[in-house]
Amino acid sequence: MLQKKNLWWVLALVIALLLPHIITNPAYRQIAVITLIFTACTTSWNMFSGYSGYVALGSAAFYGTGAYTMGLVSNHLHMMGTGDMFWLVPLGGLAALLVAIPVGLIALRVRRHTFVVITIAIFFVFQLAAINFNFTGGTGGLTLPYIPWQIQNYHLPFYYVALAILVFAIALSAGVRRSRFGLQLLAIRDDEDRALGLGVKVFPVKLTGFAMSAFTIGMGGALYAMMQGQIYPQFVFDPIFDITIALMAFFGGFGTLLGPILGGLVLESSQQYLTVTFSNGSLYLILFGVLFLLVILFMPQGIVVFIRDRMEKRRDRLEADKSEPAVLQGASS
Amino acid sequence: MTTLLSAQGISKHFGGVKALELCSLDVQKGSITGLIGPNGSGKTTLFNVMTGYVKPDVGVVTFNGEDITRARPDKVFALGIGRTFQLTRIFARISVLENMLVATQREEGWLRGLTRSMSSKHELDAAMEWLDFVGIARLAKLPAGSLSYGQRKLLELAYVLVADPDVILLDEPAGGVNLTLINEIGEKIRMLNKSGKTFLIVEHNMEFVMSLCDSVTVMHQGTNLVTGTPSEVRSNPQVLDAYLGGGEEEDTIEEVANG
Repeated sequence: MLQKKNLWWVLALVIALLLPHIITNPAYRQIAVITLIFTACTTSWNMFSGYSGYVALGSAAFYGTGAYTMGLVSNHLHMMGTGDMFWLVPLGGLAALLVAIPVGLIALRVRRHTFVVITIAIFFVFQLAAINFNFTGGTGGLTLPYIPWQIQNYHLPFYYVALAILVFAIALSAGVRRSRFGLQLLAIRDDEDRALGLGVKVFPVKLTGFAMSAFTIGMGGALYAMMQGQIYPQFVFDPIFDITIALMAFFGGFGTLLGPILGGLVLESSQQYLTVTFSNGSLYLILFGVLFLLVILFMPQGIVVFIRDRMEKRRDRLEADKSEPAVLQGASS
Repeated sequence: MTTLLSAQGISKHFGGVKALELCSLDVQKGSITGLIGPNGSGKTTLFNVMTGYVKPDVGVVTFNGEDITRARPDKVFALGIGRTFQLTRIFARISVLENMLVATQREEGWLRGLTRSMSSKHELDAAMEWLDFVGIARLAKLPAGSLSYGQRKLLELAYVLVADPDVILLDEPAGGVNLTLINEIGEKIRMLNKSGKTFLIVEHNMEFVMSLCDSVTVMHQGTNLVTGTPSEVRSNPQVLDAYLGGGEEEDTIEEVANG
C-alpha cells in the first residue's frame, strides 16, 4: 500500500520534471512557475494553519519580505542578472522566518477570530511600511537586476527552482505530519488548554510552526520577485495573496497533506490561464465564485476529504458484504 | 504519611465573586482524597489553581515541598500532576491512540518533537497497555470524536495515566456515567492506588466518594469546612448545614438526589 503511494509521488515528480519540455510557450511556462510558487506557499501555510487550526491571513507579509529581500540585497550587492541571484532565494526565506518570530510572538497570544484579525492588521503594517519607507522605493517599488536570458527559455530555470521549493514544502509538511511536533500541532487544534495540561509546550510549538511556514512563503516571494524583475508594494504585500492561499487550502482539504497541493495546482493554474486567455481580468473571479460556492455547498471539508470519505465508505461496505455471515455468527453466540 | 500536594491559604476572586477564600487542602502521599461540596463552592477552581490553569491571588501550592504556585500547566504536568476535566476534554479529530501519544513524553523539550517520529515502539506499547487497562484498546484506531461520553471519560483517564504522574486529580469521574461504569472506574482507581498512585477526586456521587476515599474534605463558599474520614464527615453537623442549610436550595435538591 505504502509502496503504491510512493509510486504516485514519483510519477507526479516525473511529470512535473518533463512538463516544461512539453509546454514550450513562455506565457504558459510562466503560469506553471507561478502555480508552483503558490502551491508551495499554500502547502506551507497549511502546515501551520491547517494542522494547528490557527488561520493566519497575513502571510503576504512573509511573501513580501522575501520579495523585498531579493530586491534590496541584489541591488545593494550590485549583482549581475545571472543565475547567482538564485542564492538569494533561501535568504528571502530566512528573512521571512526572522520577521515571523516577532509577528508570532504578538499574534499567537490570541486565538481564533482574534488571531485572524491580528494577522491581517500586522500584514497591513508591512504593506504601509513598504509604501512609505524610502529604502523600499515607496509606491514605485524596486527594479531588480535585469536578467538577459532568451525569452523562449527564460522561465525554465525558475520553473525548476519553484519545483524544488514545492518539493521542499511537501517534504516538510509530510515530515511534520509524521513527527511528534505535528501531533502536538493537531492537539493544539483540537483543544489547546488540554494539550497544555498534558505537557505540550504550546507557545514554542506554535511559534516554531508559524516561523517554519513563513520560511517557504518567503522563498516563494523571493523567487517571484527575481522572475518578474520589478516589484510593487501592493503586488507582493497583497491581501488577495492571503485569501488565495487560504482558499486553495480549503478548496483541496484544510489540514490534509494533499489538499493544498491539489487546490494550488488546480486553482492557481486555472486562474492564471483564464486571466491570460480572456483579457477581461475579472472573469475568473466570477467563475471562481461559482466554483467555491459549489465546493463549500457539497464538500465543505474540501475535495480530498470528500473523496477519502467516499472511498472509505465504499471499502467498509464491501468489507461488510464479505463478512456478513461472520457477523451473524457472532450475533448468535 | 507525608504530604505530597498541598494548597495553603488560597484566595481567588473573579470580580466580586470570591471563588476561593483562604482555602487549604493537603493530599497525603498514597491516599485517595475526596473533595466534596455544594455546586459553586470552589472545588473546580481549586483544581485549576493546583494545576496551574488559574493563578491564585493569595496562597501557596506545593508539590513534594516545591513551590508550584506560579507554574504553567505544562510544567505542573511535567512534575507529575495529571488531571481530568469535569466536562471531558479529548482531542476529537485525531485517533484514540494519537490522543494517548500526546501525553507520553511529559518532560521532553519542545524542539525534540521536530526531530523525532510521533511515537517509539516503547510509547506505543505503553499507550496500548493503558488503553487495555481502561478497556478501550479495541477503539485505538478510531477518531476520538466518535467515542461515547463514557468512553471519553476512560480515554481521558488513560492518557493522563500514560505519562505516569505521581498524583492524579479527577474532576467528577463518575459524572454522567452509568452505574456499571462508575463501579468499573472506582475499581480502576483502587487498583492504581494500590500500585502507589495518589488521587484527589472531586465528586458529587456520595456513595462513590465515601466508599473510595481515605480522607474527605468538604468545601463551602470557597473555603475548606471539614476534613476527616468519610464517617466523620458524614456525621458532622457543619456539613449537613452546608448541604441543607442557607441559600443553596437549588443545589441541595440536586445533591440529595445524587447522594
